[in-house]
Amino acid sequence: MRSAVTLDRRGVLLGGGALIVGFALRDAAAQPAPNGVKRPGSLAHTPYLDSWIRIDASGEITVLTGKAELGQGMKTAVLQVAAEELDVPMARLKLVTADTGLTANEGYTSGSHSMQDSGTAIRNAAAQARTLLIAQAAQRLGLSADQLRTDNGAVVAPDGTRLSYGELVAQDMLHVESAPTSTLKQTASFKVMGKPLQRVDIPAKVTGGAAYVQDMRPDGMLHARVVRPPSYGAQLTALDSAAVEAMPGVVKVVRNGNFIAVVANKEYQAIRAMIALAARSQWQENARLPAQADPRLLLTSLPAQDSIILNIADPAVTGAKTIAASYTRPYQAHGSIGPSCALAQFADGMMTVWSHTQGVFPDRQAIAEMLQLPPDKVRVIHVEGSGCYGHNGADDAAADAALIARELPGRPVRVQWMREQEHAWEPFGPAMLTQARASLDADGKIAAWTYEVWSNTHSMRPGGAGSLLAAQHKADPVAEPAPKPLPLPEGGGDRNAIPIYTFPNAVVTHHFVKQMPLRISALRSLGAYHNVFSIESFMDELALAAGTDPVAFRLRHLTDARGRDVIEKAADAFGWSRHDKLPAGRGRGFAFARYKNLAAYCAIAAEVEVNRDTGRARLARAVAAVDAGEIINPDGLTNQIEGGIIQSMSWTLYESVSHDATRITSIDWQSYPILRFNSVPDSIEVHLINRPGLPFLGAGETAQGPAAAAVGNAIANAIGRRLRDLPLTRQKIKDAIQV
Amino acid sequence: MMTLTINGRDHQVDAEPDTPLLYVLRDDIKLNAAKYGCGLGQCGACTVMVDGDAVFSCITPILLLKDRKITTLEGLGTQDAPAPIQRAFIEEQAAQCGYCTPGMMMRAQALLQRNAAPTDQQIRAELAPHLCRCGTHMRILRAVHRAADMMRRADAGAEGAKL
Repeated sequence: MRSAVTLDRRGVLLGGGALIVGFALRDAAAQPAPNGVKRPGSLAHTPYLDSWIRIDASGEITVLTGKAELGQGMKTAVLQVAAEELDVPMARLKLVTADTGLTANEGYTSGSHSMQDSGTAIRNAAAQARTLLIAQAAQRLGLSADQLRTDNGAVVAPDGTRLSYGELVAQDMLHVESAPTSTLKQTASFKVMGKPLQRVDIPAKVTGGAAYVQDMRPDGMLHARVVRPPSYGAQLTALDSAAVEAMPGVVKVVRNGNFIAVVANKEYQAIRAMIALAARSQWQENARLPAQADPRLLLTSLPAQDSIILNIADPAVTGAKTIAASYTRPYQAHGSIGPSCALAQFADGMMTVWSHTQGVFPDRQAIAEMLQLPPDKVRVIHVEGSGCYGHNGADDAAADAALIARELPGRPVRVQWMREQEHAWEPFGPAMLTQARASLDADGKIAAWTYEVWSNTHSMRPGGAGSLLAAQHKADPVAEPAPKPLPLPEGGGDRNAIPIYTFPNAVVTHHFVKQMPLRISALRSLGAYHNVFSIESFMDELALAAGTDPVAFRLRHLTDARGRDVIEKAADAFGWSRHDKLPAGRGRGFAFARYKNLAAYCAIAAEVEVNRDTGRARLARAVAAVDAGEIINPDGLTNQIEGGIIQSMSWTLYESVSHDATRITSIDWQSYPILRFNSVPDSIEVHLINRPGLPFLGAGETAQGPAAAAVGNAIANAIGRRLRDLPLTRQKIKDAIQV
Repeated sequence: MMTLTINGRDHQVDAEPDTPLLYVLRDDIKLNAAKYGCGLGQCGACTVMVDGDAVFSCITPILLLKDRKITTLEGLGTQDAPAPIQRAFIEEQAAQCGYCTPGMMMRAQALLQRNAAPTDQQIRAELAPHLCRCGTHMRILRAVHRAADMMRRADAGAEGAKL
């Protein structure tokens, strides 16, 4: 019983002999759901059940997601959801993640959307598949559906008769558009969801299994290295490649405009050749980086497009006492521990690319445009890389590999960036400036709030080829597309710029700065990191001015019940109200936000120790409370929050990109220091507030803003002075203490 | 040609003597655990053990390794039969992306082989050469403590068996 429509990619997925039921053609036009009801999660644009769940006659079940594992535990979480709704053990499920040849187009794996979009789609598709299997069994057994139950991959009748899913599945059973609603399992009956299950990807990672794109070694693979220009906009004026071509193992020197690369049989041969080729290349460089490194001066010197994104007025309420403050954030790096890597193979007119990109479909479009191939002649397959925390060099490395592989048809080519290339060429998180002004009424409540944010866009992700370094550097270059502000409610530079608190008068302005002196794109949480740092620092400054406890001051301005719950939970667990006298040199700080004002809630209380002689600050203890809706995997969520706090603390205390007039000068871990183990906190406690039956709320980035502000507030509390320019370095703290 | 002893086996390696060990492990021996992170000895992702000491394989040329015992994470255990340090990292779920993890595990293993009961401060100090960008540090510390406990219990068990 072979399916009538056999597609090549099905063979790729399941092997030649596999039998598969239906196939949701990726490009099949989706019909709107009846009555205009929006289907849940990514079913809204990819409605066929078999785009998400496939069952073959042997009972093998495959779960498909267009999202990618980035080290955030997404694979485990979507398998938990599918196993729960299908009533099968998780170990029996196969999983296919983002692949333009196999999965739904779910855009980017970013913005804490994986569970909201893909998790929701898979949960509903699995539930509906189970309903269809029960209906089929009911028909065969002459029973009604409500007499049947499911257990361990089979439908079970009251007399114990078991019909396995494999026996029940018919050719096109799952090739149907999903219904707008599903019969979902109730929280009380969960066996897999809501449990702290171990992640499926960790065993390979801790035993040297092949876990990353870096670990791929297809037969015939060659190693390539790119010689990047020494600075933005540098032009290659001379290249002597003859001696390099004669080096041991060198297969080819690729030159395409300002894009140059070496290809060799072995990896270290490629590195030697790269070094030799760099020494034999001459570049015309331009001093085009801004002389001004202070974001306060830099961003206000550039033209801006202004929009008022909140304007609330109640003339009846006026303030008595006004304070103002301004905060900055520098350019900061993603700083993946593993430099970006990709493989590409050009065979029979088809370019296949293996990449740790966050968006296989947009990356395919960009690479196809760069190579001037039709998109269906490019396939991009996600393979995990080192954690990315946003748009790092992944897409660029994929483009590098594709441009080089085109010169060597048939041969798989592996490119990995060098450390200094990753540091100098990744698109940084953009510098930002905020200004806040507020007045307090006679009761110490905020009467009026004015807030302005200056920022570049926060995404230059591919879509077009112009986002890719290789396309910008090749002969006949593709221009970088014009940057655009990201629309609210999620926003970019203005993400979380609108306060979650209720103020009678409030004006918030977004100054979108189009010119990008440094290469920038999405860094985990986008503008939310700095907006929450600014708002939550300013709330503390206002609480101080009002003579009110910072936690009580926040609660006084917050009506959102779930927000109040996380604040109270974090404060209680920390022991905030005990007013313990902290030892000398210690301070405590509090902060809260709801990520994007629509995803997970997070409140953090922090205790910081400051060495008054050196100025060195260390986060000693953090207590967080989080509400991410219905929890799929509590340990996975906790891991994300712990990691978010530590990463944000590193950004906040140590990190800024440096440059001179021509080149990026922070090009390794010496010149771009980050957290090391000797400064790790004594403890981090994460308290989860589960919301059974409520929607999943993205939580992967929710800690970034509150962690920064809690640390900043704790430092202010410890030293009695407020620091407003990130990072809060040892030197700045020392200078503030000595003033 | 040169002979390297890796995970208890001799390998004939055809590489220039100044080639860093990392590339031989990954490219010639096809091992995955040691990772390229910086090539500068700044991040620790490439760490392996040589005669029981943790070394950065990315800056250690193979010419220094004749007659030395090289151990990578693959040499400690497998998915089916994980070593205590591997079990401890799984049980503590001490990874996010996991790229930096094998290097840390090798330095922790070297520490535990010479000091069966390190203090928390000793573990933190020992791991200082290692960077983790996902922020998994708290779990990594817990996993090293757990591995120490497991290894001590195993030793106690072995001695008990001898009596």
